[in-house]
Amino acid sequence: MRNKRKFHFSEYFQSLLLLGVLLVLVVLLSIYSDAFMTGKNWMNILKNHMAHQLILAVGMTFVISTAGIDLSVGSILALSGIILAFALNAGMAIPLAVALALFSAAAMGAVNGLLVANFRINPLIITLGSASVFRGLAIIVTGGTPIYGMPQEFLQLAKGDYWLPIPVLMAAVVLGAALVLSHCTKWGRYTLALGSNCEALRRLGVNVAWQKVSVYALSGFLAGVATLIISARLNTAEATAGSGMEMNAIAAVIMGGTLLSGGKSTLFGTTVACLLLSVIKNGLTMLSVDAQYQEFIIGMLLLLAVVVTDLRQKRLKRSGGDAAPGAAIPKSCSCDAGSDKKTV
Amino acid sequence: MDTVIASEPPLLATEGIAKRFGNIRALQGVDFSVCAGQIAAIVGDNGSGKTTFIKILSGNLRPDSGTIWIQGVSHAFLTPKQSLAAGISTVYQDLSLDDYRDVAANIFLGEELTYGGLFLRKKEMTRIAGDLIRDLNIGIPDITLPVGSFSGGQRQAVAVARAVYHGKKLVIFDEPTAAMGVRESAAVLRLIRSLAQKHMAIIIICHNLHQVYEVADQVSIMRHGKILQTTSTADTPLEQLQQMIIDADEVD
Ligand SMILES: Nc1ncnc2c1ncn2[C@@H]1O[C@H](COP(=O)(O)OP(=O)(O)OP(=O)(O)O)[C@@H](O)[C@H]1O
Ligand SMILES: [Mg+2]
Repeated sequence: MRNKRKFHFSEYFQSLLLLGVLLVLVVLLSIYSDAFMTGKNWMNILKNHMAHQLILAVGMTFVISTAGIDLSVGSILALSGIILAFALNAGMAIPLAVALALFSAAAMGAVNGLLVANFRINPLIITLGSASVFRGLAIIVTGGTPIYGMPQEFLQLAKGDYWLPIPVLMAAVVLGAALVLSHCTKWGRYTLALGSNCEALRRLGVNVAWQKVSVYALSGFLAGVATLIISARLNTAEATAGSGMEMNAIAAVIMGGTLLSGGKSTLFGTTVACLLLSVIKNGLTMLSVDAQYQEFIIGMLLLLAVVVTDLRQKRLKRSGGDAAPGAAIPKSCSCDAGSDKKTV
Repeated sequence: MDTVIASEPPLLATEGIAKRFGNIRALQGVDFSVCAGQIAAIVGDNGSGKTTFIKILSGNLRPDSGTIWIQGVSHAFLTPKQSLAAGISTVYQDLSLDDYRDVAANIFLGEELTYGGLFLRKKEMTRIAGDLIRDLNIGIPDITLPVGSFSGGQRQAVAVARAVYHGKKLVIFDEPTAAMGVRESAAVLRLIRSLAQKHMAIIIICHNLHQVYEVADQVSIMRHGKILQTTSTADTPLEQLQQMIIDADEVD
């Protein structure tokens, strides 16, 4: 009997596939452009393209691994950014304003979580609705006009260097904490179990409703962290901030190999996918390719990643093993409402 | 129940437990009891309410009416936490496993060993899980693989190991040997007997009457959400019990 955990290659297939694509891309781009393979450009990729995207995608990885989805992170990002700007303009101390923004972002996430935990409604619908609500609020309170001008010290969040650029450090801390959370704590285990067998978790005495609330709250909180980077970089808070970012985050998570049906996630895959997407954005800008192509290429890559993985799994497993990452629609899981409600 | 000392109160008893699912009356007044050290079997047709009944004992369903006594304390219903805290653990018919996780993660799900309540003690959990599976004498070549890749019997073994490890006073088995081979079933039955010898109470649901007779002290026949009869296996030969089940059929 084996007791030692060994490296299961197939668990990492999709991440490694992406890593391969990334390597090819890096080689091609360095041939085409001398400016690509420079330390300055790589810092630019990490700081301006990847940092906020990875932070959002880490939160999304947790949400998707519960068999849920969070379409509201872009809206939470916008609304908490506006709260931040109002607080700063009202003369609140920067640490306080930041704490307020993070707290309100987490609270918005918790609202999603409460709705998901207490109603038998698909999280897709719930967060689609809350996304509109939060975005709508952002437009109402700003009257649709961007809020320019933040205190100089606050802008350091984006410009500052502390051995590494601060956004990169923030993303690294978030990723590190997420890795520990997911692999070394009960919370990480329970989050995954929500996706693979929520009912079993409930039977074993775990408060699954609270667990769900905490996952969505974390996703909201991380949207708040991302808003710090973005509003400091643009020196602006606006109601349209972050729109579409939830889709990029979802794409990165799924491309990385996390199952949309829940129960299995890979932060490594999410990170590689975010890096790949960032390199594509940077590369296309360098080659002065139209921004419209970005969308096209990201979509093709997402399809490639899931189709290749599915083909491989079909070949490997005659019996029904893992589903392909994109194979299942997220199901609403509200087993905490009690299995005796099934008849309702 | 001649095996039970009259002065000892039952570890667990129920009175008039009823449960409806919409129009289906799954349970209609179940009176049942089991004492420490005793193995009580429940047999009955498919859909007679056995699983529903044990889900009420494990805190997964709320009965519409009735009372549950645990060591003399009455409850209208239990939550999963209360049931576990009372020392009740359960092997569910559907096994309740997290298919993407390995054996140790499944055995300790909800009861993880941690450093300071925070960080998982993975090595220790894997070691204990390995020992448990070895004691059960069921061949699982690699316990670090996700249990979703196991055979039906191996998965059942993991569920049994979990319940046995966490059960303190009462272990409930809902068809624990359904997917197992002869050798593996024998191992599980042996394990059940050894638990009873350690003064634990056991409830076992099983369709195989021979297996029931191998371990159980008392057998309850369940039908249409009621317990029709409870007899001691020592007093009633297997053939007679079989006849009683068939007769119960004709009464309707
Ligand atoms: N969650 C539920 N919703 C609706 N009906 C249910 C539910 N659970 C059980 N039932 C019904 O209650 C009745 C009893 O089911 P139960 O699972 O307790 O039977 P059982 O005795 O365990 O059967 P088996 O031997 O097949 O496992 C059945 O008619 C079943 O359809
Ligand atoms: Mg059953």
